[in-house]
Amino acid sequence: MSDIHFEGVTKVFSRGGRPFTAIDGIDFHVADKQFISVVGPSGCGKTTLMRMVAGLDHPTAGSVAVAGREVTGPGPERAVVFQQFALFPWKTVYDNITFGMRSKGASRAERDEAVAYYLKLMKMEGTEDSYPHQLSGGMQQRVAIARSYAIDPGVLLMDEPFGALDAQTRTIMQEELVRLARVNPRTVLFITHSVEEAVYLADRVIVMGRNPGRIREVIDVAQTRDAEAWADHPIDDVMEMPSFTHLRGQVWRLLREEMGSDR
Amino acid sequence: MRRRRTLWPYALTSIVLFFGLWQGVVSAGLVSNFVLPSPVEVLDRLWTMANRPFAGFLIQEHLASSFLRFFYGFALAAIIGIPVGLAMGRFRLFEEFFTPLFESYRYIAPLAWVPFAALWFGTGIGGPIMVIFTGAFAPCVLNAYRGAQLVDRYLIEAAQTHGAGEFRIAREVLLPGALPSIVAGLRVSAGLGWQSLIGAELIVVSSGIGYVLVVGQQNLSPDIVMASMLVIGLTGLVIDYLLRFAEARVRAKWGAA
Repeated sequence: MSDIHFEGVTKVFSRGGRPFTAIDGIDFHVADKQFISVVGPSGCGKTTLMRMVAGLDHPTAGSVAVAGREVTGPGPERAVVFQQFALFPWKTVYDNITFGMRSKGASRAERDEAVAYYLKLMKMEGTEDSYPHQLSGGMQQRVAIARSYAIDPGVLLMDEPFGALDAQTRTIMQEELVRLARVNPRTVLFITHSVEEAVYLADRVIVMGRNPGRIREVIDVAQTRDAEAWADHPIDDVMEMPSFTHLRGQVWRLLREEMGSDR
Repeated sequence: MRRRRTLWPYALTSIVLFFGLWQGVVSAGLVSNFVLPSPVEVLDRLWTMANRPFAGFLIQEHLASSFLRFFYGFALAAIIGIPVGLAMGRFRLFEEFFTPLFESYRYIAPLAWVPFAALWFGTGIGGPIMVIFTGAFAPCVLNAYRGAQLVDRYLIEAAQTHGAGEFRIAREVLLPGALPSIVAGLRVSAGLGWQSLIGAELIVVSSGIGYVLVVGQQNLSPDIVMASMLVIGLTGLVIDYLLRFAEARVRAKWGAA
């Protein structure tokens, strides 16, 4: 049971000596095993929000609690997948995937099994001994995702994980992530710039506004998705279904309003 | 592989020219061999010292004793300096705490420590090791510090959010990340350490290459002085070559990343 509770979360940075409110009083609850996408114009504090769950940043006021316990610092029960992949360049694929497992004292046999499982799942068999720089961007990010999944975290935090990938790879990765989330459901906070990605992946989409950063609207996707059986269709077909385009349009309009309010 | 123009003929020419000119000047009687001994005399003396003890030991024994001191001092500087540097790069507190001390220490020549080194650790092996240490310490710290600062912040955060503690971060993220910079620092460090050692031996010790040099001077034997200088230079060259090799290995492996 790993839910996330935001309670009056406020983050004030000092920008050029002046206080700047990045996030202003966010109250929100993410249920266990729910996949949440967060979209918003740049500067709305969505990455900061994720970093506070990770324990890499700390709220100025309010609190973030995971599984009922207040977050005070980083920990393996809240693994982060970064846009920059953040794989250890001097470690092989095997050692990267099992980095977190070793923190938890996993045996050699358990590690072997996990690496075999994830490499098979991602169709990357035979790359155990490769170094990250020998892999394509998409493969590197697959390894990073496997590294996070392998420690079996209650909460997975993804900060624009596909932002550095080309469009084609990105689509493939989105499909794979949905597949992965189905066999291995987690509580996920997924930060993205892409409205399509947000709608396709999430149970609920949070649209944030800026100056100061706050939640503008929460849109439920799960109901429509399950009713229209998106999971049974390839991603390109889903993205052309009226149910999908309707939700996408809804998110887009909100986002455009948020961006426009600043001009 | 990048092709490089072969440059060794130029290097060889320079060496031959240098020694030829040197031998020529002395042989022609332009300067007295008391002021400048010829290369042939120097090599001859070196051969003699390798077979007959001078100042108590054979020249290779003097060299071994110098090298051992150097090695201990250098290793100590690396073992203490690298963790200190990494900690400075990782934690603001360490950085703020050590920087002022360190910045002023850096400008004290290693030889200035000789009196205290002798006072605290004696003139046997302890004192010279401390002098080498003071010479070799700064580049170890500085390069580990700069290297650690350059390690991608996301790598540290990835380690943290995957359950790594500070010790593991230091060993598996900061150290390998800073390694190219550290190895470059070790080269500088070795050079300074070796120089400091000879300086220390000139003043306080009763064995080693620096000591041979001093005794040669006292005996008014310029060929002995010159022979020790040759050994000092060549050993420095070998040390640098070995570390350069290590540096190239690290760069080859890391540069591709």
